[in-house]
Amino acid sequence: MSALLQVKGMSAWYGAIRALYELDLSIEKGGVTALLGANGAGKTTTLRAICNMIRRSGNTILDGTDITRRSTEDIVRMGVAHVPEGRGTFVALTVEENLKLAFHIRRDHAEARRDMDLVFEYFPRLKERIRQQAGTLSGGEQQMLAIARALMIRPRLMLLDEPSFGLAPLVVQEIFRILRRINAEEHVSMLIVEQNAALALDLADHVYLLETGSVVTSGPSAMVQNDETLRKAYLGY
Amino acid sequence: MDFFVQQIAAGLTSGAIYACVALGLVMIYVSTDHINFAQGEMAMFATYLAWAMIDAGLPYWVAFGLTVAIAFGGGLFIQRVVLKPLENAPVLALVVCFIALLSIFNALAGMIWSYTIKQFPSPFPARDIFGNGLVSVQQLGVVAVTLIMLGALTVFFRYTTLGLAMRAAAQNATSARLMGVRVSWMLALGWGLAAAIGAIAGMLVAPIVFLDPNMMTGILVYGFAGALVGGIGNPMGAVAGGFIVGVLENLVGSYVIGNELKLTFALIVVIGVLLLKPAGIFGRVIVKRV
Repeated sequence: MSALLQVKGMSAWYGAIRALYELDLSIEKGGVTALLGANGAGKTTTLRAICNMIRRSGNTILDGTDITRRSTEDIVRMGVAHVPEGRGTFVALTVEENLKLAFHIRRDHAEARRDMDLVFEYFPRLKERIRQQAGTLSGGEQQMLAIARALMIRPRLMLLDEPSFGLAPLVVQEIFRILRRINAEEHVSMLIVEQNAALALDLADHVYLLETGSVVTSGPSAMVQNDETLRKAYLGY
Repeated sequence: MDFFVQQIAAGLTSGAIYACVALGLVMIYVSTDHINFAQGEMAMFATYLAWAMIDAGLPYWVAFGLTVAIAFGGGLFIQRVVLKPLENAPVLALVVCFIALLSIFNALAGMIWSYTIKQFPSPFPARDIFGNGLVSVQQLGVVAVTLIMLGALTVFFRYTTLGLAMRAAAQNATSARLMGVRVSWMLALGWGLAAAIGAIAGMLVAPIVFLDPNMMTGILVYGFAGALVGGIGNPMGAVAGGFIVGVLENLVGSYVIGNELKLTFALIVVIGVLLLKPAGIFGRVIVKRV
């Protein structure tokens, strides 16, 4: 397997405050990589930096193309779908309009329509609510909508920022089951940020552990799962 | 009774124009949270362009179409060149910038075309529509043009993906960017549309009030009142508000306070709405959690 996304020596700032220190990441094609760490370790910042949403330095290479200087919009158009913290719902648009927004950047509208059917296969609940205002959806449904929106742009890589946040355990299980299917069936690679480490380790095949803006260690999920000291020190279980 | 109907018809006619101005204001407000004080002067300037074209011998509707197109391009240009560099500037800087645009357009029009009042042709005859002296073809034409424009805009925003992208960008810019929408261009498009709508308002009102560089000053106040009455964040509300202000202004002017105080009435409406119902009739109250 070759790397789909390579991040080299990435630092990032919020105003004058430095949040990332020379981060190196490599995300395998077709795999699921988890980014774990305590609050404030820089997980969300890393996702934002990859999409050029904040001031940052270093290099980002997507499938051999340097995307460091590209705008957020361009990076998305190149196939990096970011499911943001807080779900980014367009609350006054209907569920259908939330999804149809992807038609704006897609040339192949016939195929996009097929993708919409596909999305509804993964999330039948969204189909039931197709004409509803997205702001009236439950938290779990809005998270599903966020993932569905990302899927609609036919991504090569999905960046997921705490998809379990604020959701009931059963809903979280459902969403992670669907994510696993999307990864396997649609061949979408994923980089997932999670507070719920056990859940993320279960889904991911590779893990990076962050602490105060730097990578502490990285390796296959099984390595972290089996390393009690590591788990206790950084993941708290 | 006839007088009452005449006043309503005249009110709806000016209301249609206020609705256009209000819509232009709302178009920019929903996506940037700014009130473009230069909206009226931009419309006035576009109307002068139309006048110059008609004066040069172009047929009315050709000049009308060209003016709308040029206004659209001009609005786009202003956003790209003047406002984009101010993206992260404080609100006051922007207000100053809008006022600067206002005086630039005003002075430019005076410089090029002089401050003497000019007659602007109307494509609609002034004769009665039913022969009973109540409603003129001119009045009906103004309302019809406004409604056609509204219909076109509604179709654009509701049924095209570009319209959808513009709505998404106005609602949640960050999230729209993450869907690949070029938000900054959507703002420019919004400015283009606002300028085009303003140009239509200017060309509709010019035959009634005559063309001069200060033509839109009062009308902008009415348009602003209309936008506020309807709810400044709601395009449909702004249009309804424009019509409401137009009709009320006429009725209050003819029955209560007389024509001289009409503009005062608009200002009272502005203050009244802001004091009593800041969200307007159709606006949503936005509660911010702190």
